[in-house]
Amino acid sequence: MSALVVSDVSRNFGGVQALSNVSMTAEPGERHLIIGPNGAGKTTLFNVLTGTFAASGGSVLLFGRDITQLPPYERARLGLARTFQITNLFPRLTVLENVLLALQAADTSAFSLYRRLRANVPVFRRAKALLDDWDLAAIAEKTAKEISYGEKRQVDLILAIAARPKVLLLDEPIAGLSAAEVVRVVGMIRRLPREITILMIEHDMDVAFELADRITVLHQGRLIADGDVAAIRNDPQVAEIYLGAD
Amino acid sequence: MAFWLIQALNGISFGMLLFLLAAGLSLIYGLMKVLNLTHGSFYLLGGYIGVAVVRTTGSFVLATLAGAFAIAVVGVVMERFFLRRFHLQELPQALLTFGFLFIFSDLAMVIWGSDPETMPKPALFDHSVQLGGFYYPSYRLFIIAFGLAVAAFLWWLQEGTRVGAMVRASVDNEEVARALGINVSLLFSLVFALGAFLAALGGVMGGPIVGVYPGADFDVLLLGFVVVIIGGLGSLKGALFGGLAVGLLDNFGKVFFPELALFTVFAPMALILAWRPSGLFGHE
Amino acid sequence: MNTEPRQRNNAACGLAAILILGMLALPYFLSSYYLGLAIEMMIFALFAMSLDLLVGYAGMASLGHAAYFGVAAYTTGLLALRLGWNVWLALPAGVLMAALTAALFGLLALRTRGSYFLMITLALSQVAWGIAFGWRTLTGGDDGLPDVPRPALNLPLHLSWSLAGSTAFYYFVLVAITVATLLLIRIVISPFGFALRGIRESEARMLALGYNVWRYKFVAFVLAAVFAGFAGCLYVYYNRFVSPDYLHVARSAEVLLMVILGGAGTLIGPAVGAAVIVLLQNLISAYTERWLLILGIVYVFVALFAPNGLVGVFLEYRASRIKRHVKRLNS
Repeated sequence: MSALVVSDVSRNFGGVQALSNVSMTAEPGERHLIIGPNGAGKTTLFNVLTGTFAASGGSVLLFGRDITQLPPYERARLGLARTFQITNLFPRLTVLENVLLALQAADTSAFSLYRRLRANVPVFRRAKALLDDWDLAAIAEKTAKEISYGEKRQVDLILAIAARPKVLLLDEPIAGLSAAEVVRVVGMIRRLPREITILMIEHDMDVAFELADRITVLHQGRLIADGDVAAIRNDPQVAEIYLGAD
Repeated sequence: MAFWLIQALNGISFGMLLFLLAAGLSLIYGLMKVLNLTHGSFYLLGGYIGVAVVRTTGSFVLATLAGAFAIAVVGVVMERFFLRRFHLQELPQALLTFGFLFIFSDLAMVIWGSDPETMPKPALFDHSVQLGGFYYPSYRLFIIAFGLAVAAFLWWLQEGTRVGAMVRASVDNEEVARALGINVSLLFSLVFALGAFLAALGGVMGGPIVGVYPGADFDVLLLGFVVVIIGGLGSLKGALFGGLAVGLLDNFGKVFFPELALFTVFAPMALILAWRPSGLFGHE
Repeated sequence: MNTEPRQRNNAACGLAAILILGMLALPYFLSSYYLGLAIEMMIFALFAMSLDLLVGYAGMASLGHAAYFGVAAYTTGLLALRLGWNVWLALPAGVLMAALTAALFGLLALRTRGSYFLMITLALSQVAWGIAFGWRTLTGGDDGLPDVPRPALNLPLHLSWSLAGSTAFYYFVLVAITVATLLLIRIVISPFGFALRGIRESEARMLALGYNVWRYKFVAFVLAAVFAGFAGCLYVYYNRFVSPDYLHVARSAEVLLMVILGGAGTLIGPAVGAAVIVLLQNLISAYTERWLLILGIVYVFVALFAPNGLVGVFLEYRASRIKRHVKRLNS
């Protein structure tokens, strides 16, 4: 069964068609890159997939289940996680607390008024282990607004994977990073367990071609091309969009 | 029939005063996202200044201008020296504007005492005119006409002038507007002054029919809120429609259900809120 | 990081113990006037802490919180006065009524945020005020309801403890406020309270992580009303009177001021803020009629100079001292 099946999805904003009849499929474990020039509708597609925006038409299936009408938090509970194009952390909480919140979301006792947070030792251990594992233990006690931009990107990624999602949407995870930080974050993405299906928006072609199993190209809200790396590399229409746009 | 017409006209004329108040509230919110709790004070102080000027000079026109311009200056001072530091921080803004509401309210009490003041009608409109089968005070008709004229002027200002275009650009995207060389901070002061001006205008013009009294600041502020909740914050059309709706609801409510006067205004507000949280003409 | 917070916790527990012992001894030192002032401070401290759950933890600035305080006060007052209900029935009924009102208002107000939320909570609270003011046959309108009886606590084994005397009533309030405060503390340190802080910081992220944000906000809204209502019930028994002023916007703004003045998101801060405002009001009213003017100036000053509250000022001072200390050690 496919991890994600997008059929004929459209979205318009007051008459402007941001996405028109986009259909695509992601297979389990796939590294699926979504590319396209600015305004192609990539982030809109993510927002429709996660439920931030309702689709104006079409449907989205997550492992065979129709999630088109579900609110964002229920999609997240079904294993659909995301990062944000503009990092979206909890600025006045520490990095450790950020991760705790992400882990607590999957914890069945999250909606508890009377238990002590600090008494939930397993969640604490997992949060610390996660930060250790990704070499971020040093910044665990800093607040999220104090850490560097590169660190914010890494924490953003960790929040998304903390609850062990099935499908992960990464919205330009390396945009604005220094060369060294790009190497580090790309390394993190490579290290993610193979059973996670990853959809990733990326502007850097080299990185995109390096990571991708499959690539979908959007342009002005429409799907232009869809195929493996070699097919996209040799697609004349894609070349035209990119060469024409530059 | 005459009864219904008279009551409707009463409601509409009061609604026009509310429109003057709510238009400023709405403009200020639309441009700078400030919920100005001092707006009721602008109305009240405008009214008091108007009464004082009319007592000394006898001129209604002079009273109107003095009240409105004086309060516009107060508005600019508040915006420049206080509100500006708290751009987009709603909590300090609420504290500040609420603090000024208290300060002005108590100062007014010190200066003008606790007895209600009545503003005399201007001589020109101090009579009744015959409308079909009944007589109606011409002053209220004047208020209706004046309110419509202000609405038309504001609409022209917003849609037909360069300043209006700059305001609309700043509402859409402040940063882009700044980058385009629009003096956004000057616009903020201008719009705040205009809002204060309109509220004070409402206070002076309303003097002859609702009076100027301690507590009017709170009363009109709340009705102003209901207007913009119904019409939608940031929308001129919403302020006009909401003003008329609240004016009519308030008037007919007082006539038919005097015990639950406020309820007839607030219950429809709650319904509209449930149906359209951002008001009839507001956008998310 | 394990030892340090624990030490801080111990220090906090020590301070709390001293505070409670001091409070227990208070009736032996204070005249009944000052004892009344202490009662008022405690009640408003709880009221302010209940709003802090919304403002400081969940990031929802309400300007209509007095509605729940007042609705509960009216309910309890009416039941005690007209139907002679005892405190075990009248007080929970008041709190329940506050919760129901909040559930209804919450359905409307929670569809908005920011300044809109501020304005709508204000307008909705005014609906409650309008009923209290207008429905004279039930509420007495502007005159309010005088002569609400101080209750007697009917305990098991046919014990009855009259709360008519100021010392007895002081202890009753002390116990009630302590229990309520402990519950509030438990709530803010629970996973639920933690999630509220997450919502304050980023709603979008919380949704993306799988939190049903609306449900958290709704429960927080109702809970805040429950504690505010509890404070209102105690206040009506203390004052033996309730009037529309209890749910006026001015009171809603005042409790918001207490929260910010003390320091939102800390519980202790709003309690301190409440004590300061109640004290100021009583001291200043004794000397001048211009309390409103001074209160207005306090609002402006807090916004300008202490946006993070007294607790914030204290923390900054401590941080700067530590920094200076570190500098001295280094040089």
